[in-house]
Amino acid sequence: MRRLGGFYLLAVAVAALPFIFPDNYFVTVVGVSAGLHAILAVSLNLLMGYAGQISLGHAAFFGMGAYTSAILTTRYGWNPWPTILVGLAFTGVIAYIVARPILKLKGHYLAMATLGLGIIVHIVIVQMGWLTGGPDGLGSIPTLSLFGWTVDTDLRWYAVIGTLLMLVIWLALNLIDSRSGRALRALHGSEVAAEMMGIDTAATKTGVFVLAALIASLAGSVFAHQQAFVSPGSFDFFFSIELVTMVVLGGMASTYGAVLGAIILTFLPELLVVFEDYEVMIFGAILMGMMIFLPQGLFIGFQDLLRKFTHRRAVTKKEESSHGVA
Amino acid sequence: MFDQILQFLLTGITVGSTYALVGLGFAIIYNASDVVNFSQGEFVMIGAMSAVALTAGDTGLPLWVAAIAAVLITMLVGMALQRFAIAPARGASVVTTIIITIGASIFLRGIALLVWGKDLFPLPSFSGDEPIQIGNATILPQSLWVMGGAALLVFGAQYFFNHTTLGKAILACSCNKTAAHLVGINVSIMLLVAYGLSAALGAMAGILVAPITFTSYDTGVMLGLKGFSAAILGGMGNPMGAVAGGLLLGLIESLAAGLISSGYKDAIGFIILLLVLFFRPSGLFGKASVDRV
Repeated sequence: MRRLGGFYLLAVAVAALPFIFPDNYFVTVVGVSAGLHAILAVSLNLLMGYAGQISLGHAAFFGMGAYTSAILTTRYGWNPWPTILVGLAFTGVIAYIVARPILKLKGHYLAMATLGLGIIVHIVIVQMGWLTGGPDGLGSIPTLSLFGWTVDTDLRWYAVIGTLLMLVIWLALNLIDSRSGRALRALHGSEVAAEMMGIDTAATKTGVFVLAALIASLAGSVFAHQQAFVSPGSFDFFFSIELVTMVVLGGMASTYGAVLGAIILTFLPELLVVFEDYEVMIFGAILMGMMIFLPQGLFIGFQDLLRKFTHRRAVTKKEESSHGVA
Repeated sequence: MFDQILQFLLTGITVGSTYALVGLGFAIIYNASDVVNFSQGEFVMIGAMSAVALTAGDTGLPLWVAAIAAVLITMLVGMALQRFAIAPARGASVVTTIIITIGASIFLRGIALLVWGKDLFPLPSFSGDEPIQIGNATILPQSLWVMGGAALLVFGAQYFFNHTTLGKAILACSCNKTAAHLVGINVSIMLLVAYGLSAALGAMAGILVAPITFTSYDTGVMLGLKGFSAAILGGMGNPMGAVAGGLLLGLIESLAAGLISSGYKDAIGFIILLLVLFFRPSGLFGKASVDRV
């Protein structure tokens, strides 16, 4: 119960927001993309934050899910629901095939390989115009509906994506505290030591890579149905970088940190729009500054500050009481 | 068929020479400070864009003066990057430094966008645009400048690191900072020099190739990635490996574009890179890494 305290708090906040700010653009429109980004960041954090495997190509799996749904519904007239499953299966198989050779690599080589993977997928999407619509993308993707309840307003999408986000967070929190989660964290510390303890590190890494890819694919399918339009620009190298930044900005190895990072990085460009031409420059400067001064991330940085503050208070209290005795 | 292949090879070496210079810059910074500098491509852009800006208009400087000034400007940017972004974050993890340099590259691109806008600019060729006939293939005089310039710079860098005191001092810092400090080398100045040198190489690559490819505020992105690929292909931290990796990457792309499909040329480059990594996880010329347990 106590372990999931933060979870219930977040769930209440997510549910309450649209009631406190009804019809607010920042809640129902920007909030929805923040939710999708948060799902992606939480999945990437499993791989990067907990297992310690950097990935600069996570957008590729997001794109695979989105394009599977987009292609099957618009070109072949499928119902949206099975396309999500096909997307999951397709992405899962690809992720499983590339996982082993890629995860054998370490450090900069792993960064390069995942980056390359992301760029290859992006190029394939752009070039296979007969299937994917090429650079123009695919439009009029049908929305989701369940038993006659059609997800056709911003508020309904907020509900769907909010629920999905809470499910993913719950899954991540439970995974981390499970046997496999402890194995993940062990191999982050030292792969050799983890292997000595009897952990099959290759299988564990493959498992978390595939899981992260599956969550990204699910988010991709939902994104395609929500936007009703997909184009390659949403799945390029920069988006992968943005996802990594969300994870690191919030604080690695913290699920809530990933959510916080996703929310900040989604809202930042919205707020910077007022600066027009300066937007790109300011964004770069903020990114640099945050990483220089708060390298352990905002969430953990705040926690540390808070702890230091309460600790200092405790110390001064103790001193006061000892003075009192003297 | 043979003529075509010759043409592809010539193009490949020209493009590869640029990649080689960017890759070499990557390797120098990586060796000196263990940082993978994702703003390396921005050095190329700043060099080329400053040269364009300085030669433009009625009051424009002669090309060679503008080129020297552009290189100096880029060196300053490189040193500022080291001093104000990399040095304060000493001891940060790999991912953190990667994001800092990505932030720096976005920042620099943002400034370039502000100053120069989104247009594509040409730089005048160094010695005319009359194509030279080699067999049945043709080559632009500027391509010869690119190849010759790159060769000169690579050998210059080689000489600098092996035969000058300053170069050896930088090498000493990359081997062991504490030991270098103990023998009286000023490590923080050496780091500044390494970044300045790397920026200068990038700027020169940009100025050499700008008459062929033109330049705009975002040309650095793909070039930076290609330079990183070249450095990884050759084995991270091996400068001559990076040069070889760059040439190889240029040749692969040019052949892939000519013989298979120009749309997929970048993808084929990255596929070959992945295959190399799968079978030789530390690059073509890299030493197998040994983990400390």
